[in-house]
Amino acid sequence: MLLIECPWCGPRAETEFSYGGEAGIERPADPYALSDAEWADYLFFRRNPRGAHRELWHHAQGCRRWFGVERDTVSYRIEKSYRLSGAGSGRPAAAHIEASKEKRR
Amino acid sequence: MKRYSALGLLRNALDYNRNWPAAWRSPEPKKSYDAIIVGGGGHGLATAYYLARDHGLRNVAVLEKGWIGGGNTGRNTSIVRSNYLWTEASLLYEKSLQLWEGLSRDLNYNVMFSQRGVYNLGHSLQDMRDIERRVNANRLNGIDAEVLGPAEVKRAIPCINTSPGARYPILGASLQRRGGVARHDAVAWGFARAADALGVDIIEQCEVTGIEVRAGRAVGVATTRGAIAADRIGVVVAGNAGVLAGMAGLRLPIESHPLQAFVSEPIRPVLDTVVMSGAVHGYISQSDKGELVIGAGIDAYNGYGQRGSFPVIEHAMQAIIELFPAFSRVRMLRLWGGIVDICPDACPIVSKTPVQGLYFNCGWGTGGFKATPGSGWVFAHTLAHDRPHDLNAPFSLDRFASGALIDEHGAAAVAH
Repeated sequence: MLLIECPWCGPRAETEFSYGGEAGIERPADPYALSDAEWADYLFFRRNPRGAHRELWHHAQGCRRWFGVERDTVSYRIEKSYRLSGAGSGRPAAAHIEASKEKRR
Repeated sequence: MKRYSALGLLRNALDYNRNWPAAWRSPEPKKSYDAIIVGGGGHGLATAYYLARDHGLRNVAVLEKGWIGGGNTGRNTSIVRSNYLWTEASLLYEKSLQLWEGLSRDLNYNVMFSQRGVYNLGHSLQDMRDIERRVNANRLNGIDAEVLGPAEVKRAIPCINTSPGARYPILGASLQRRGGVARHDAVAWGFARAADALGVDIIEQCEVTGIEVRAGRAVGVATTRGAIAADRIGVVVAGNAGVLAGMAGLRLPIESHPLQAFVSEPIRPVLDTVVMSGAVHGYISQSDKGELVIGAGIDAYNGYGQRGSFPVIEHAMQAIIELFPAFSRVRMLRLWGGIVDICPDACPIVSKTPVQGLYFNCGWGTGGFKATPGSGWVFAHTLAHDRPHDLNAPFSLDRFASGALIDEHGAAAVAH
């Protein structure tokens, strides 16, 4: 069982959380400008590293907030967890959709 | 290769079993091969066997970083069936099932394939509608399948709890009578021995550490036992597929997760078939030794650690004990985890890649064991002809860009 540190609630058991996969994937600003292969890369292709992995977790049965975790995928050791803000956390999807509408206008 | 036979058993018994020859050689790797298969699991060994037997390619090496059958081939629940929903998937798994039916004779090795039937339980009205749809789809594809009601399930499996007050009431099941189980180690050993007899070099303790690509073409591999050149390279490494792809500068739509299974202490015969439940996520059969063999779901997070977490074990046990209350006092003996390569559409990738001469066979996820002979058969064809067989053409890497996914996630009877 993993002991995961929620940046807001502190260390809690793995069963309180749900997993959100690789962190730092930004929705392309203008999906219509992408080729099929680029869109597929965004949708389906992941780094899946053997070793250090930055990933998203959701404190589903706690504060219900998303946060980032850096974890080793072989030893499962959690190096750190962090609040999502600033670079790499992704802009809200709504802003992207607006931007992409703007572009097509 | 010395053929195995009843007479041979008798002759060796008279010698106190001291003179059995090794089942396969342990050769030093050559400088180059016509084809290299990376990964000495069931799928890789089957690929080498069919390459040698059906395509006349005998200058072939199988490179295994550990020992034969030490990875996922020895870490599954050994269930074999072909009752998938979509035509592409069911035809591929059905090819495999047909190969299973003659495999012991083909390999001159008893893989203990036992067609004891596979039940997929339905616990809700929607489950039963899905089961009827899948059974009809199977029958249209010429695959045996039946829908059973709760009374028929109870008659066939007396120890199952079909009472209407059960937490997971059983409203019926699908049954594939030709499904069953096989001895997983024997599958690896049988393919290894038969491939070796056809001239394939099986090289254990030989980890691939790099793939050499020149002008868009794979020309060889770097290994812990030196560089080896090859005209074509087939990679069949399950959970480590992404790591190998990275060596050739490729990305795969695959994520690796731990999948767990466990066995109980041996008990008297109580369950003579295979029972799976997608809704409660447990599957169970009884081995010839008497152990209950129980499969769990995957851990949600990415992992390469060949072990999973306790909540997943607890979840699977809850399901099994609800279905079979009598098993509540059976003690568990061992548990293990394998690293499975999960594809977004829960279907494999058996495909050429953007790198010439480099082929990948991966993404079988939680359901690879049943596909062992079929996977090897189509992958051998793909390597030998540099194009897929009709059966695996839909399972190309291109489908993620074209959108022609084969969505078996919700459609397969259980998470494989």
